[in-house]
Amino acid sequence: MGLPKIKQDATEARLSALDLPGGEGWTRAAREDALSRLQAAGLPHKRDEYWRYTDPRSLVEAEPPMAEALPEGDEGPIFGAHERLRIVFNDGQFDADASDDLSLEGIEIERLSQAAGADLHWARDLYGTLETRGQTPVARPLATLNTAFAQDGILIRVTGRPSKPVSLIYNHISDSSDVFLHHCVKVESGAELTLLENGAAAARLNTVLEVEIADTGKFHHVRAQGRDHARRAATAIFTRLGRESVFKSFTLTVNGALTRNECVIELTGDDAVAHVAGACVGDGDFHHDDTVFITHDAQNCESRQVFKKVLRNGATGVFRGKILVKKDAQKTDGYQISQSLLLDGDSQFLAKPELEIYADDVACSHGSTSGAIDEDALFYLRSRGVPEPLAQDLLVLSFLAEALAEIDDETIAEDLIARLEGWLARRRG
Amino acid sequence: MSAADQIDVKEGVDQETVDAVAQLSGKYKHGWNTDIEMDFAPKGLNEDIVRLISSKNGEPDWMTDWRLAAFRRWQQMDEPDWSMLRYDAVDYQEQYYYAKPKSMAEKPKSLDEVDPKLLETYSKLGIPLKEQMILAGVEGADAAPADAKPGRKVAVDAVFDSVSVGTTFKDELAKAGVIFCSISEAIREHPELVRKYLGSVVPASDNYFATLNSAVFSDGSFVYVPKGVRCPMELSTYFRINAENTGQFERTLIICDDQAYVSYLEGCTAPMRDTNQLHAAVVEIVALEDAEVKYSTVQNWYPGDENGKGGIYNFVTKRADCRGDRSKVSWTQVETGSALTWKYPSCILRGDDSQGEFYSIAITNNWQQADTGTKMVHLGKRTKSRIVSKGISAGHAQNTYRGLVSMHPKAKDSRNYTQCDSLLIGGECGAHTVPYIEVKNNSSRVEHEATTSKVDDDQLFYCRQRGMDEEEAVALVVNGFCREVLQALPMEFAMEAQQLVAISLEGSVG
Repeated sequence: MGLPKIKQDATEARLSALDLPGGEGWTRAAREDALSRLQAAGLPHKRDEYWRYTDPRSLVEAEPPMAEALPEGDEGPIFGAHERLRIVFNDGQFDADASDDLSLEGIEIERLSQAAGADLHWARDLYGTLETRGQTPVARPLATLNTAFAQDGILIRVTGRPSKPVSLIYNHISDSSDVFLHHCVKVESGAELTLLENGAAAARLNTVLEVEIADTGKFHHVRAQGRDHARRAATAIFTRLGRESVFKSFTLTVNGALTRNECVIELTGDDAVAHVAGACVGDGDFHHDDTVFITHDAQNCESRQVFKKVLRNGATGVFRGKILVKKDAQKTDGYQISQSLLLDGDSQFLAKPELEIYADDVACSHGSTSGAIDEDALFYLRSRGVPEPLAQDLLVLSFLAEALAEIDDETIAEDLIARLEGWLARRRG
Repeated sequence: MSAADQIDVKEGVDQETVDAVAQLSGKYKHGWNTDIEMDFAPKGLNEDIVRLISSKNGEPDWMTDWRLAAFRRWQQMDEPDWSMLRYDAVDYQEQYYYAKPKSMAEKPKSLDEVDPKLLETYSKLGIPLKEQMILAGVEGADAAPADAKPGRKVAVDAVFDSVSVGTTFKDELAKAGVIFCSISEAIREHPELVRKYLGSVVPASDNYFATLNSAVFSDGSFVYVPKGVRCPMELSTYFRINAENTGQFERTLIICDDQAYVSYLEGCTAPMRDTNQLHAAVVEIVALEDAEVKYSTVQNWYPGDENGKGGIYNFVTKRADCRGDRSKVSWTQVETGSALTWKYPSCILRGDDSQGEFYSIAITNNWQQADTGTKMVHLGKRTKSRIVSKGISAGHAQNTYRGLVSMHPKAKDSRNYTQCDSLLIGGECGAHTVPYIEVKNNSSRVEHEATTSKVDDDQLFYCRQRGMDEEEAVALVVNGFCREVLQALPMEFAMEAQQLVAISLEGSVG
C-alpha cells in the first residue's frame, strides 16, 4: 500500500527543502535509514488518529510559520542561581563563547556535529535506535525526520555522578528559524545525571532526546519550555530503562502557539521506575499536547504520569497517555492522571487516557477530570480580602502543585514556581 | 472445559468469580439448530438482492430507493480497522442476506398459525411466546407451565433469521395506543412514522456496518409509544440466527413521544457452527420531551468453540437521540456471546436537561474479542451522563472499553461520570481501555476513572467502623455496586443476572 497522495505530496515538499547533513561518519547509516523510513511512513496529517486533537500542519510544512523572538531582558533567566554546566544554542547553533567548558568529572560531553565525523562512536548504538523502536505501534514521523536531518545536539555518556547538572539553553534569535536538535544520553550502571533544558529555541523547534539507562542508573530531566507566543515545538523523548533504574522527567510550558511533547518509555528491566509529569498554562492562541506511551516489559516496575493544564481565552490542552503492560510484566504499578482547569468557556481540554493490559497481576489506574475553578474556594479567598485576580492565581498554583511536586530537587521546583508566578503576575497586569 | 478452569488465578480474585465466568461463557446452551425448511435468497450481495428483500417485505418505492442509496454508498466505503479486533476478512459475497422459514410464506394471522417447530425453538430458548398467550387468556392454549411468572407480562417480537415470526400482546398494547410490530409491518402500516424517524438517528451512511444494514435489513422491531403513555408492559425482541451462512441484519426503531415511557429488552442466540456468521444490526431510539426509554440487552450469540472456531461476528450500531428536553435513555447490556463484538450504544443528549446512562458488563472467554463502550455527546444545557463499564476477560480473550464523552461549547453546566473496571482471569487474555474525553466548555464537569481503589470513603468508613478489615469492606462496597448495576436489568434477565452477581471485581486492573 502506497501513501495517500496528500501525505506523499506533503512529505516530498518537506524533504525537498532539506539536505541530509554531509559526512561519511557513523551517523550516515542511521540518517539514511531514517530517510527511507520517513518516505515509507510519510509525515503526519491531521486525519491520522494519532494527531486527532492536534493539527500537525505547521510542524510539517516546508516553511516554518514566523515567530517573533522575545526582546532581550523580557524575562529573567531560569535556573540562574544553580551551579550547572551551561551549553548554549542560538537558533540551534552552538555558542561556544556563552557555553561552559564541556569537561566534567564522571561524564563525557560531545557535540553531535563534531563527533559525527568519526567512523566509530559509542553513540552509534543509540542514535536513532530508540527512536526506531518507538515507531511501533504508532509511527512518529517527526522524530524520524529529526534523526535524518538533525543539525546538532549533545552526546552525553554518564559514567559517574557529576557534581552539577548539565543545562541546555536554547535562545531564539531569528523570526524564521527552523531547528533540529538530537541529543543522546547514555547513563551507565550506577551513574546519575540531571539534565536541564530551557529557552524558546526557535520559531519552529524539533528535538529528539534518546536516553538509555543501564541497570541502577538514574536520569532526571527538568524542562521549562519558552514562552514566545508564536513559537512551535515538536519534542520527543525516547528512553529505555534497565533493572532498578530511574527516569524522571518534568516539563513546564507557559504559552507558545503549538507544543507537542511526546514521551516514549520502555521499562525493560525489573524494578525500574519512570515518572513523567507536566504542568502547562495557556492563554489565548495556545495549543499544548502531551502524548505519552509507556511500555511495561519487565516485572515489578512503576510508572507514573501526572499532567495538569490551566487554560483560558480559547487555549486548547491535549493529553494522550497510554500504558501498555505486556504479558510478563507482572506486579506492574501504573498510575496516570490528567486534569484540566478551564478558566473560561472558550478553552477546551481533549484527552485520551488509554490502557492496554495483558498481564493479570497488575494495578493500573487512570483518571481524567476537567472543570472550572472551584467557586467555593474562590469565595473563601475573596472573603478574606484577597482580590479576585490574585485569588484565581493562587488557586491555579495550587492546582498545578501536584504536578510540580513530581520534581525531586526542591530548589529547581522553586525556580519553576517563581517563573509561573511571574508569568501570572504579568498577566494580572 | 474452558481455559478458566486450568489457569492459576492471581490472589484477590475469588474462585466464585472464576467459576461464574466459566459457567457463563464456557458451555453454550443454545447451540442446537432447528431443522426447518427455509426460503433463501441467492447467496451474495448486489442491487438485485436489495430489491428482492425490499419486494419480499412488500415495501413502497421510497423504501427501496433508500436501501439502494445505502447500498451504493456502502460499496464505496472501507471496512473500519480502528478497533482492537483481529479477524479474517469477511467475504460479503459468501453470505445469504435473506432466509425465511417456508411455513412463513403466508404470514400467520395469529400465533396459533405459527409453525410448531418455530414455537418449539423459542420455548427451548425460554422465550415464552405461547406462555404469554396463556397469561393473556388466548383460547385453546395449553396449560400454563410451572415457571411462568404470573402477573408480569412481556410482549415479545420474535425474529427468526430474516423475518419476524410473531408478536404477542398486540391487541392489549394497541388499546394503550402503543404500536409494537415488526419493522416490515410498520413500513407498510405506519409509513408516516417510519419515514419521519428511520435513519434520523443513525443515518444510512453513518458507518460501514450501519450502511450495510440500511441496504439489506430484513426485519426487526418497531415501537411507537404515544404522548403521555406509560407502556403497560415490557417489550421484548428475541433474535435467533438459525440458518447456515446467513447474516442477520435487523433494524429496530423505538420512538417514545412526549412524557411516554417504555422498557425494552433484547435477547439473541444462534446455533453452533464452524463458520463465522455475520450479524450487523442497527437500533435507533428517539426520545422526545420528558420521555424515558430503558433498553436492556443480554447478548448471547454463539461465541465460537474453545479453539476460537466459529461464532458470530457482531457489528452493531445502537444510538439514542434524546431530542426532547428532560428526556432520558438508559442502556444496560450484558455481553457474554459472539466471537467478535463491535458495539457502542450511544446517546446524543440534544434536549436540555436530558440524561444518558450506560451500564455494561462484558464477559469474554476462550478466543472471544469484544470492543465495546459508549458515546455520550452532550449538546444541550445541564445534560447528564453516567457510564459504568465492567469488562471481564478469561482464556485468550481480549476485552476493550472504547468510549467518547464530548461536551460541546453550548452544553453548559453538564456532567459526566465514567467508571470502567476490568478484570483479567489468567495470563493469556487482555483488557484495554480507550476513552476519548472532549471538553469544550468550562461549566461542565467530566470525571473519568478506572480504578478500584476509588471506592467511596464514607462507605468504607462505615464498614470499617463495624469491624470489617479494609479488604472486606472494599469487597463489600464493590460487590454491592456491581449488584446495583445488575439490578438495573429487568426481571426477565434475572437468571443471567444472578450468575453475574457471583462475579466480583476484586483484583480489577483499571
